[in-house]
Amino acid sequence: MSARAAWRIETLGFTRVYRYRPGKADWLANGLPVEGTQANVPRAGQVARPDIPTCQLGERVGDVRPRVTAAGWDMCLVVTDDNVVLGRLRGKALQANPTAIVDEVMEEGPTTIRPDTLLVDIVPRMQERHVVSIIVTTPGGRLIGVMFRPAAEARLAAFQATPKDTNYS
Amino acid sequence: MPTTIQLDELQDLIPQAAILVDVLPADEYTREHLPGAINIPLKTLNRSTTAALPSDRPIITYCHDFQ
Repeated sequence: MSARAAWRIETLGFTRVYRYRPGKADWLANGLPVEGTQANVPRAGQVARPDIPTCQLGERVGDVRPRVTAAGWDMCLVVTDDNVVLGRLRGKALQANPTAIVDEVMEEGPTTIRPDTLLVDIVPRMQERHVVSIIVTTPGGRLIGVMFRPAAEARLAAFQATPKDTNYS
Repeated sequence: MPTTIQLDELQDLIPQAAILVDVLPADEYTREHLPGAINIPLKTLNRSTTAALPSDRPIITYCHDFQ
């Protein structure tokens, strides 16, 4: 649709015509703001905590653990230099032998969601599966933060308690 | 030929006073659109509806996704 529109505009005499091919879905999936009657519908990116500690594959658990604990967390995400999420370190893995390398003990490929995921969709799924937290990334896998279910539930409840002028439920 | 761009190029063009044209139907635009975008639904795109667009600025069309 945007391709045909761009071509049509060019036929009308405009010379600097571009087409943002990935469209609005891509914009939203990167956690960027929108305008409109549903702009304030709560999404995962709004409640994700970006302060989650991170580490890299080659680090020793004994170096990572004190950093995580000092930051007040009990988990750490394993990321690349470009902040792409590769794995997660928590529980037994975080308590592993201090000389163990992160690469050897991390959870591979943890589940992630996009920042535009609607809380009204994801919160019930997390409740059904007893999921306490979930990682939020861009479509390219870059870390945005971690969303905790209690924060998401509270944000959703506050939104649902607010009178609205749209038919969003 | 219109130039196909990705998000990073879009973000470079926006500060250059680019005009964002949402070509989705009006009800979809009303619900949600990129900041500052105007709405000219594809079915209404013609010489008349584009007459007010400045010819010296970048014009960027978008819809929902890769359509």
